[in-house]
Amino acid sequence: MIQHKVIVGLEIHVQLCTESKMFCGCAMEFGVQANSRVCPVCLGMPGVLPVMNKKAFEYSVLAGLVLNCEIPSFTKWDRKSYYYPDLPKNYQISQYDLPLAKNGFIEIPVAGGRGEAVGTKRIRIIRAHLEEDAGKNVHTAGNYSQVDLNRTGTPLLEIVTEPDMSSGAEARALAVELQRIVRYLGVSEGDMQKGHMRFEPNINLAITRDGREYRTPIVEVKNLNSFRALERSIDYEAGRQLDEFLETGRVMEMGSKTTRGWDDVREATVLQREKEEAHDYRYFPEPDLVPVELNEAWLDEIQGRLCELPLARQMRYVERFQLSEYDAGVLTGERATADFFEAAVVAGGDAKRVCNLLTQVGLKLANERNCDVRDLGFTPQMVAELANMIAAGTVSATAGNTILEEMVRRVHVSDMVLVGDSVKAEIIAKELNLIQKSDAGELEKIVEQVLAENAQAVADVVGGGKKSGKARGFLLGQVMQKTKGQANPKVVSEILDKKLC
Amino acid sequence: MIGCLAIARNGSDWLAVMDDLSAQELCESIKDGRITSVEATEAVFERTEKLDAVIGAYISTDRERALARAAEIDRRIAAGGQMGPLGGVPIAVKDNMCTAWGATTCASRMLENFHSPYNATVVEKLLAADAVIVGKTNMDEFAMGSSTENSGLKRTVNPWDTSRVPGGSSGGSAAAVAAGLCYAALGSDTGGSIRQPASFCGVVGLKPTYGRVSRYGLVAFGSSLDQIGPLTRTVGDAALMMNVIAGHDPADSTSVGEAMAPVRDYLANLDQPVEGLRIGIVPRLNAGADESVRKAVDAALEVYEGAGAELVEIEMPHSEYAIAAYYVIATAEASSNLARYDGVHYGYRSSKADDYIEVYTKSRAEAFGKEVKRRIMLGTYALSSGYYDAYYLKALKVRNLIRSDFTRAFQDCDCIMMPVAPTTAFKIGEKTDDPLKMYLSDVYTIAANLAGIPGISIPCGFDGNNLPIGLQILGPTFTEDKLLCIARMYEKETDWHTRRPRIVGGVD
Repeated sequence: MIQHKVIVGLEIHVQLCTESKMFCGCAMEFGVQANSRVCPVCLGMPGVLPVMNKKAFEYSVLAGLVLNCEIPSFTKWDRKSYYYPDLPKNYQISQYDLPLAKNGFIEIPVAGGRGEAVGTKRIRIIRAHLEEDAGKNVHTAGNYSQVDLNRTGTPLLEIVTEPDMSSGAEARALAVELQRIVRYLGVSEGDMQKGHMRFEPNINLAITRDGREYRTPIVEVKNLNSFRALERSIDYEAGRQLDEFLETGRVMEMGSKTTRGWDDVREATVLQREKEEAHDYRYFPEPDLVPVELNEAWLDEIQGRLCELPLARQMRYVERFQLSEYDAGVLTGERATADFFEAAVVAGGDAKRVCNLLTQVGLKLANERNCDVRDLGFTPQMVAELANMIAAGTVSATAGNTILEEMVRRVHVSDMVLVGDSVKAEIIAKELNLIQKSDAGELEKIVEQVLAENAQAVADVVGGGKKSGKARGFLLGQVMQKTKGQANPKVVSEILDKKLC
Repeated sequence: MIGCLAIARNGSDWLAVMDDLSAQELCESIKDGRITSVEATEAVFERTEKLDAVIGAYISTDRERALARAAEIDRRIAAGGQMGPLGGVPIAVKDNMCTAWGATTCASRMLENFHSPYNATVVEKLLAADAVIVGKTNMDEFAMGSSTENSGLKRTVNPWDTSRVPGGSSGGSAAAVAAGLCYAALGSDTGGSIRQPASFCGVVGLKPTYGRVSRYGLVAFGSSLDQIGPLTRTVGDAALMMNVIAGHDPADSTSVGEAMAPVRDYLANLDQPVEGLRIGIVPRLNAGADESVRKAVDAALEVYEGAGAELVEIEMPHSEYAIAAYYVIATAEASSNLARYDGVHYGYRSSKADDYIEVYTKSRAEAFGKEVKRRIMLGTYALSSGYYDAYYLKALKVRNLIRSDFTRAFQDCDCIMMPVAPTTAFKIGEKTDDPLKMYLSDVYTIAANLAGIPGISIPCGFDGNNLPIGLQILGPTFTEDKLLCIARMYEKETDWHTRRPRIVGGVD
């Protein structure tokens, strides 16, 4: 009898979105000409000295706080030595024994058992520290390599978790949640395409066979930069390690950790280094930088920038506004969207209708325009009014979506200047003839006409049985057709019920 | 004037007078229009042409550039314009401080052709003070050494005896000032590299408090120990130079801010004797010096006593561990600081490399000198896992103990006086085969770097071979102003600083 459990811990590098680099004034711009965003400091020229980017430190403390970490009042910098052509000083300024944040945790959403609602799981965080990124070696030329140092000195927040995850899906959930958090805080753009988040999972298995437990050798998968690769590589490793154990019986021992890479095409991990080389980074305190002392006033100031985290916000939306988990998740994906949603609700908008307008139209338009919902030109007030028109049955939900799209179109045509009434939901609804007919007297006449013209369908409904529902739908459709879709289906339905019972 | 080095020109004798001027006096003369900066600069270059083939103080000079600058300053003076505190004075800079012109070599084959894209902060400050930078001086490779014999590029000799070393690592700067090849120079001091060559060459050398002068643009050796300071003919000139180079620099996080330690006007009260001066002495330490050195230092102490000072015997219980701790910390930092010289981005690259690992190994093997390699290996070892605690961490503890030794001592005295070095300048080649013996010659200077306190070396006599002897005065952190006043008290009573070497093989 064999059982096994997957054990996963994560190291995550998050690139902070400061204006300048970690230890010099160079701008952080990528995709520009190689070695055009460099200066003597990030090039590691003789005689240069680093100066700490205060903002990067504050961003890191902020992230540490929301990851529920202890933030020590004293932290320092260390040099980590290794030789590589993309590392101009041949040491990296990092933090070794006194990281700026430690002993925290993050709650990640996890699916409950069959039929159970989504719950959360707590993943402990060992530490988070700040360091500078290296450059990039480019191997596109013939028999030589080139080095691009634009990325050199970019501030990176390295977060290390305990091995508290037990599947690729959980690791992915953590990664997604972390992305939401750092975006929420505004400390990172979290753009996966641009490599703003890189993952290195450590994976092994706890296998129980005949009442004895075995641990397979730990594998570290290097440099994953997509959620998909993260999840797949862990799941792949779990399978591979189980097979290997069954075949060889190899278990974890000192120095048995191996490093593997992820082959996106083959969807498999590939061995990189057989035995973890006894790396000696010769860490020692960076003498060119003074230790950072975080006094209470400074910490308070940073703490003042905290906001409600996405997961908590999502839960609140479900509870308070009775939104679905899914809708609440979409709304809280971006802080701007969630803020806008709440503003519209505060403006008196019906929460469910506002949610639908934003998730079905607002986000789609924002995505097309590569902006967020704030930039579409409508205000929370305008969306609230439209939502309430839908709730009151003045316009249909479908018409509501059309009106919102038209609103955005009009705003854009008028070059982002709100042109008075022409962008108002009510005006648009009238102009586009989208106001629903809810006058029972008027609709009753039309219903009677439809019933008179469709005797067979009426008979089917009244006769009950299989055909009844379909026939009723047909009659409703006929009424909608006659009113060019402007009849309020709710009112029509009531009249039909009355006439056919 | 002993060993007159005046170069007669056009039959006039004002140049002979100029040779004896301090930087302060020269500056005044230029301001007053008695001498032009161009004349002073020309004279320095003429003398350099005649003498430097023997002395070897400079790695590079830039006559055209210096003269152009001097001419510009002269024009400004003639037009009645404002002049900086070093207006028109020819100054030399140690070749481990970056200049955006010419090469910055650190006397290493590794950087022989390295051209810095920027100026060190001290260089910017010299230029802003209207100094005329005449050249870059020789040194031990990457400032690692006590005799300048470790230079990978050339040899510098002592102007007082050309068979002897000028001291080091700022040997080129000390020799240039002593031989009149400039009016003042900048050096750097990691374990005595300003004070010891100043002592060997009979000039004034000040190592400021760690953090007083920006290190930005100083090619690092031991980052927590390195400090830039002046080498000059007089105490007043050292004060003048400090007025120019001291102060916080936002580009150097370890430079101290105004709020914590405001920069003083080091010239303001220079001539005011320190009342009730209490001088700390460590008899046990002094006993280790040569007799001639001991006698000269004792005589200097008597001069101070004559001026009303009181001698206080103090204890430095951990001083015997200073050299060991120093050579762990300095080499550990050096091993990391010098890692960047790998042949990849700039500097020497071996032509024999077949892959990138060989670019590293061969470039470094071919371009670094023996002492540099020795220290990189020592430092790498000290930082290696399994040895870190026993060496590096322990050395840091010793460093703290030495720091508290000084703190305790300065409760009982205003300053501490002792020799700069146990001997006067030694013969070239005398200690090159025995690195440990060379390291031990730093015994008096190293503690100040470990503790971060300021120290000054001033001429206090000559030995039987007519070689200069230095008196070292150490003070609490950020008391350079007081230290200079104390030094000035002695200088006023003596004439050692007015003596000039007679250079054999040079011109008379």
